[in-house]
Amino acid sequence: MMLLRYAVYRTFTMLLTLWVVSILVFAIINLPPGDYLSNQIAELRATGQAEGVAKAEFLRKEYALDKPLYQQYLIWVGFIPGPLGFSGLIQGDFGWSFEFDRPVGDIVGDALWLTVLVNLSAVLFVYAVALPLGVLAAAKSETWADYTAGFVGYLGLATPNFLLALILFYYGHKYFNLPIGGLMSPEFEGQPMSWDKVKSILLHLIVPTFVIGTSGAAAMMQRLRANMLDELSKPYVETAKAKGLAPAKLLAKYPLRMAFNPFVADIGNLLPSMISGSVLVSVVLGLQTIGPALLTALKSQDQFLAGFILMFVALLTLIGTMISDILLVLLDPRIRYGGRGA
Amino acid sequence: MTPLLQVDALKIGFGTAPAVVEDVSFDVMPGETLALVGESGSGKTLTCRSVLRILPEAAQLRSGSIRFDGTNGPQDLFNLSERAMRKIRGDRISMIFQEPMRSLSPLHRLGNQVAEVLRLHRNMNRAQSKKVVLEQFDRVGFVDPERAWRSYPFEMSGGMRQRAMIAMAMVAKPELLIADEPTTALDVTTQAQVLGLINELQRETGMAVILVTHDLGVVANMAQKVVVMNKGRVMESGSAADVLGSPAHGYTQKLFNAAPMIPEVATPARAMEHDDIIMDLRNVTKTFTMRAGGWRKPVTVTACKDVNLQVVRGKTLAVVGESGSGKTTCARVALGAEVPDEGGEVLFYPGDGADPLPVHGMTPMQRTAFQRQAQMVFQDPYSSLSPRMRIGATLTEPLDIHGIGTRAERREKAEEMLGWVGLNPEMLKRYPHAFSGGQRQRLSIARALTLDPKLLICDEPTSALDVSVQDQILSLLEDIRDRADLSYLFISHDLAVVARIADEVAVMRAGVIVEQAPPDTLFYNPQHPYTQALIAAQPEPDISRPIDLDLVAKGAGAPTTWPEMFRFDALEAPALRELEPGHLVRCHA
Repeated sequence: MMLLRYAVYRTFTMLLTLWVVSILVFAIINLPPGDYLSNQIAELRATGQAEGVAKAEFLRKEYALDKPLYQQYLIWVGFIPGPLGFSGLIQGDFGWSFEFDRPVGDIVGDALWLTVLVNLSAVLFVYAVALPLGVLAAAKSETWADYTAGFVGYLGLATPNFLLALILFYYGHKYFNLPIGGLMSPEFEGQPMSWDKVKSILLHLIVPTFVIGTSGAAAMMQRLRANMLDELSKPYVETAKAKGLAPAKLLAKYPLRMAFNPFVADIGNLLPSMISGSVLVSVVLGLQTIGPALLTALKSQDQFLAGFILMFVALLTLIGTMISDILLVLLDPRIRYGGRGA
Repeated sequence: MTPLLQVDALKIGFGTAPAVVEDVSFDVMPGETLALVGESGSGKTLTCRSVLRILPEAAQLRSGSIRFDGTNGPQDLFNLSERAMRKIRGDRISMIFQEPMRSLSPLHRLGNQVAEVLRLHRNMNRAQSKKVVLEQFDRVGFVDPERAWRSYPFEMSGGMRQRAMIAMAMVAKPELLIADEPTTALDVTTQAQVLGLINELQRETGMAVILVTHDLGVVANMAQKVVVMNKGRVMESGSAADVLGSPAHGYTQKLFNAAPMIPEVATPARAMEHDDIIMDLRNVTKTFTMRAGGWRKPVTVTACKDVNLQVVRGKTLAVVGESGSGKTTCARVALGAEVPDEGGEVLFYPGDGADPLPVHGMTPMQRTAFQRQAQMVFQDPYSSLSPRMRIGATLTEPLDIHGIGTRAERREKAEEMLGWVGLNPEMLKRYPHAFSGGQRQRLSIARALTLDPKLLICDEPTSALDVSVQDQILSLLEDIRDRADLSYLFISHDLAVVARIADEVAVMRAGVIVEQAPPDTLFYNPQHPYTQALIAAQPEPDISRPIDLDLVAKGAGAPTTWPEMFRFDALEAPALRELEPGHLVRCHA
């Protein structure tokens, strides 16, 4: 019951945050002078292509770029009707990409879900690797196991992602016949989902997951190790030992539970850093995620496309933080009963 | 009869360094209590933990033997395999630790943590173990065992947590209980009750107890046999009656002399004159509002209520109470660190007929002047000195901040102050880590003195120290008071410490002063049940004067359970009345 109330409260604050983010995103995109269309019009005028100018002028009106900024913002979000009536983000209309001359929804469409897929699998990879290695390194601290785990971890942190990607592609293809580049075989692109397509996607996911996840896993492992070492020296561990608990069970029940908090709290931070961090990797690996699209949109001031992608990343981050907050409440009674005792 | 536990010629060391515990031997008979007594660094904790072999990782058991002869036949604990050792831990031999706050996992319910012992050693399922644990909870004094089963440790007071620890240690009916300073972190009334509980349980089950403590008073109340340790060696051992009755070794004698005691008083003191006061707390009430977050209502907590206190110039006013009684809040308000609620004020009288200064309404100039005249000595000498500053810098910093003197003069002053507190001027170049706890407390006193204050507020200045060191620090404080004509506001939880240094004592409970008088009057004629409980709970190092648990229980409970004359109606306390000149008691007429 309390948890439900908390979840409702968190959802409410999340929506509020999202609203503030939308103002920020819009303001920052509009900070540089001019917009895509006025730049284009100036260029067309200079080269004397009159009919192009007319079309651009039409688009300016159509997307309300001739209105004052605050109105543009309200129309973009969908709070007030624009020239096309109510059609903004909250109505599910993401706007028009001038660069690609197609609706934003069409451009990002599949890429959106593939982005979520790639990053989710990378996050799972991070946790699956960091958890056992971090615990092992702490439990066997200052032995060869600890040093090896640490060495591999730092190697993962220090190797540039794109380099790792190229190396893995080469050897993965040579020894395991893994596919190179892309997120699915070309013949499945644009096809409806089928078993073969899923298989192809999973096969293509292996290398990107590894590349995007390694540095995160290495950092998380070191954090978990440090937390565990802190916890292992606490008196309640001695109490458990004096009860006659076996080492492995003891480790899992007490210190690991305590060290878990920062581990869970990181979910929120992990998502955005991976998405922004994976832009370069996506370009190198030829992944059809929204990373490359964001890069071009920002460069050419394609404001609706850039704005939508940024809002999407913000949403993912906020959802991640909310999940970790709710998990923390579930995991830690001290947070759950906060204010009911010291 | 064969001993239950025989420890012989035990030697423990760290790495390649010389042994820190050497040639320690003792026997524990079934049903008997053995006390290991010593100050910090004496090796008593390492010794008791070696029985269960839960030592710090770097420590090694070098030689000796540890034999345990329980119901399962004789066993050699020194050489037993780790697997077989786990069967003994928590089952045949169990342990209670010093800090109940930190010795329980904060993330698991008490029931879960206690029942784990039964699941490990008795193969019980959840329902069976719950039944046994609830009985045990009832036995150790939980009013509502079901609730305790569901509770998390942070929802309970220190005393209740220690009861839960005891339940955990007792639930498998061990033959030997090792209690490592089980009551050191508790208030004195709680300590008395916990010790009483251990005694009762021992009588019922016939288990033996090894009690590790630094307090001879606790020994007198609990033990039949005593082993006195110092620097890893046994100084003296024998029956409690012999060792406490006529200590043979000089070290035991020294511990004895240093143990603070409540004196027996033949006549009450005369009322204290309150004509030349230096600080006046008037109607000080402080409530804190705790924001609960989200949409929940904020909770207000009254830390202290209607406190009226006067510190007389050149005298010591002591405020005594348990944790949570509001004594530290009073000190913080007095120093200006907290602002009292409306209607309360604190006045500081600089002396020589100057006008009083309102501590919470001063101009910046007045504030600087006030800070020079009122200084504070903190409880924990380990965390109140910056580990990154040399002693010289720490001592000259106050002068620096107030812009007093030249560099050379400041240094001279720092050297002088070191001399005052009995340290060597050459120590100015060192860092705090090079000093012992007692020396550090001397340093923080020296730091408080560099500005030549008139009033010193001491917040439990000796409670983190060993008894013999505590004795020295109290002597030092007395010396300095007379030498520099200081006045003290002395905060403490220990009546015996206060008995020695105070000219007037205010006993606080639940945020209000319940009794106030000069110490001799208080000890001669304690009126309030809480004061009586505090005095009765003080363990005396004399086996013929055990703690009177009934008296403790009467006064230490909630204010709504006190005898009718003193009882609080809901949250309303009765008024503070003057029984005789200079003796105030909070009671109904």
